[in-house]
Amino acid sequence: MSALHTDDYRTQYTLETFSFLPDLTADEIFDQVVYIINQGWTPSIEHDKPENAAAHYWGMWKLPFFGMRDPMEVLAEIEACRQAYPDHLIRLVGYDNYTQSQGHNFVVYRPRGM
Amino acid sequence: MANQTFDAGVKDYQLTYWVPDYVPLDTDLLACFKVVPQEGVPREEAAAAVAAESSTGTWTTVWTDLLTDMEYYKGRAYRIEDVPGDKEAFYAFIAYPLDLFEEGSVVNVLTSLVGNVFGFKAVRSLRLEDLRFPVAFIKTCMGPPSGIQVERDKLNKYGRPMLGATIKPKLGLSAKNYGRAVYECLRGGLDLTKDDENVNSQPFMRWQNRFEFVAEAVHKATDETGERKGHYLNVTAADSEQMIERAEFAKELGMPIIMHDFLTAGFTANTSLAKWCRNNGVLLHIHRAMHAVIDRNPRHGIHFRVLAKCLRLSGGDHLHTGTVVGKLEGDRASTLGFVDQLREAFVPEDRSRGVFFDQDWGSMPGVFAVASGGIHVWHMPALVNIFGDDSVLQFGGGTQGHPGGNAAGAAANRVALEACVKARNEGRDLEREGGDILRDAARHSKELATALETWKEIKFEFDTVDKLDA
Repeated sequence: MSALHTDDYRTQYTLETFSFLPDLTADEIFDQVVYIINQGWTPSIEHDKPENAAAHYWGMWKLPFFGMRDPMEVLAEIEACRQAYPDHLIRLVGYDNYTQSQGHNFVVYRPRGM
Repeated sequence: MANQTFDAGVKDYQLTYWVPDYVPLDTDLLACFKVVPQEGVPREEAAAAVAAESSTGTWTTVWTDLLTDMEYYKGRAYRIEDVPGDKEAFYAFIAYPLDLFEEGSVVNVLTSLVGNVFGFKAVRSLRLEDLRFPVAFIKTCMGPPSGIQVERDKLNKYGRPMLGATIKPKLGLSAKNYGRAVYECLRGGLDLTKDDENVNSQPFMRWQNRFEFVAEAVHKATDETGERKGHYLNVTAADSEQMIERAEFAKELGMPIIMHDFLTAGFTANTSLAKWCRNNGVLLHIHRAMHAVIDRNPRHGIHFRVLAKCLRLSGGDHLHTGTVVGKLEGDRASTLGFVDQLREAFVPEDRSRGVFFDQDWGSMPGVFAVASGGIHVWHMPALVNIFGDDSVLQFGGGTQGHPGGNAAGAAANRVALEACVKARNEGRDLEREGGDILRDAARHSKELATALETWKEIKFEFDTVDKLDA
């Protein structure tokens, strides 16, 4: 057996939660939106240029969707955001007002080449 | 009372300290002890003796008792219960008035409650099972320097447990090689790495050198991955001055988190360090070396749920809780009982989890539960299910023992973690479908596939020594 029996591990530029999984399909994003809504959290969309990815604050796409119950509407907003900012990263946030934190936060769209 | 007279001699404790009709006040500190009395000592007398010796009493009456209002200051044994499955032992419930304790001092509470009384002859053995701290006392303690919510915001970690590893071998690496191990773990996908508890400042690796090399590793991994990373720099030291000096240097290097061993170093040092962390915006990870000496014997000592409550009051942002599933001891229901005490705002009495009292934590921040020790990717589904998002899952050997090294091991764990979180959010049953979830995830991660192959056979199936009484 060769002494070199494992691969070289390449460092990946990643974007926190779910970035070690393959890109989520629309159905998979739908399930996560349902999870956010069922937890009683408020879905919200943020976007920014890839070079600003490490910043705490990204741009907000409209206000958080307070009272939102329809996951399809959230998917439609993600799509609208993508059309408006095709070269931006987009992430979906679930605001938890009880813990004053974000119960969920993951990137749903990466521009080409990211 | 003006009509009291001094009656010298030895009185039965129960005449003064057994008060079965007493209704505890909201401001009382309540304790539940498991008592095994000496043969021939009635339960009421043993319970009263514990109440007396842990509050105002001594073995004989003294004239100066009459210079104060003992009725106001004394602890009261107010209830006795059988211990399920143990005929010799019983639970004694004792109420202590708030004025017996210095504000903000868990040191003072422990010195009273688990002081002389534990060597007392009238009891064969004694265990402090639980404490109810009144909110009035809690509001005098600072608690966690940052807490769960602030730490998440600072580190930008949401919607999942954080992932860590203790650097191995625990002793003997040079500072530069140690920093290499840290860098490899972090670039591969871990959020946090950790000094082992006995890494302080030994001849093979002095603390300044370790801090500097580790800082370079953390900064480089942060820049390259785009994610916020940290390493718990252990500032536990021989004296408090050196402890603070090390903390200052960690801050100077821009490190987000340091660590401390709260039992071996002591609560006074821990509380001082927690206050320093609050003032300096540095997170504080707490290790618990020595806990098993104190908490493992089911009939004597202090249950870990009490030590965990004391730590939340003294201050820490992370606390080790055991894994339930790994190489170290830990009964599941009991572990969940004290994990609640770390994280929740209110914990109701629940005997099935060993929780003897309602506990209102006021507005005190929560502490991350840390599961660490002998765990690997196959444990991931159960760990995510048991500990939930507000936890740090630490795979030391389970990261660095990967055939491809630390970075590949870290990536394997990160893929497994995210696959489990995603599946949980989709409503899947992690403990029943865990194997399938991991195997599916391994189809797009050769690092995970290798990890699943490496650790398939390892199991830890010993009986728990300290089980809940049932």
